[in-house]
Amino acid sequence: MAKKSPTINGGSMSDISFLLLTFFLLTSSIDTDLGIARKLPPPLPPDAPKPEIHDRNVFKVAVNFRDELQVQGKLADVADLRAMAKEFLANPGNDPKKSDKKVKDIELLGSIPVSEGVVSLRNDRGTSYEMYVKVQNELTAAFHELRNELSQEKFGMKFDDLKRENQIAAIQKAVPLTISEAEPTSAGVTQ
Amino acid sequence: MGKFNKNAKKGTPEINTGSMSDIIFMLLFFFMVITTMRESTLFVRINPPAATEVQKLEKKSLVSFIYIGPPMDAQKFGTEPRIQLNDQISAVRDIAQFIETERQARDEVDRPLMTTSIKADKSVKMGILTDVKQELRKVNALKINYSTAKGVERH
Repeated sequence: MAKKSPTINGGSMSDISFLLLTFFLLTSSIDTDLGIARKLPPPLPPDAPKPEIHDRNVFKVAVNFRDELQVQGKLADVADLRAMAKEFLANPGNDPKKSDKKVKDIELLGSIPVSEGVVSLRNDRGTSYEMYVKVQNELTAAFHELRNELSQEKFGMKFDDLKRENQIAAIQKAVPLTISEAEPTSAGVTQ
Repeated sequence: MGKFNKNAKKGTPEINTGSMSDIIFMLLFFFMVITTMRESTLFVRINPPAATEVQKLEKKSLVSFIYIGPPMDAQKFGTEPRIQLNDQISAVRDIAQFIETERQARDEVDRPLMTTSIKADKSVKMGILTDVKQELRKVNALKINYSTAKGVERH
């Protein structure tokens, strides 16, 4: 007659796994990495020709070492930057002082006017990173809102909700993200 | 009558705890899968700025991090913001080497998709960041991401 094997007490197993669980809970952090994505311009050869951009198409944004913002030569507040950038890029009133538009043929959208505007961002070596991110954020938001508006008009949904690749590409072509960063000044830095 | 509790003992029956460990193990695996271990210990203090127009970093394995912030050990490294690569405080000129090492560690197919995430403290000045960006441009690591916290929309 086979001897009945003794049952193993499994009660302590849950204790061990509890310890493991608490260890993982404590050591790990659920950090979802978020951020503003940017693409740096490739390094230019020193003899590269300067791109010619008409003066009216440049939206000049500058931040100095005191974190003061200057838009188109005038002091401005970060809170107004988004609206100003949108107004400049979209130029609904066809103001000759704001960005020019060029009619382009884009797949799915047909012939639509595309803004020639370029945002030129210049900051100082003494500008704080916080201010820089704030400005970048507002500028990104301006482009994002323009894309949303166009997408809503053409496809009936927001840009973020677009699923099809060619629709996304079409909107990206119609509202290109044109932020150009100039070499920073170094007024407020003692080196 | 009384048929059902003929053999029942008095007192509460013992609860079978065998399945408890299974449940705990499931929880454990869940946490192990969703969390990412921070690979390097931070030597610099980082309090990221907030932004609303944020994107999630895709493909964690293709991201290399550059930390910039005031050192935690002020006696050893001073109070000026420093750059941390991997596990040590480094200088701007070490970035090229760092990116090259990161590239070598990845598959050749994935190399164009690599992103550099810049985790900088709020108080850091743009001077040091510009130097870092120029260095990244030199080595053709053009996809970058300014790491931020999720901010609140103000309207």
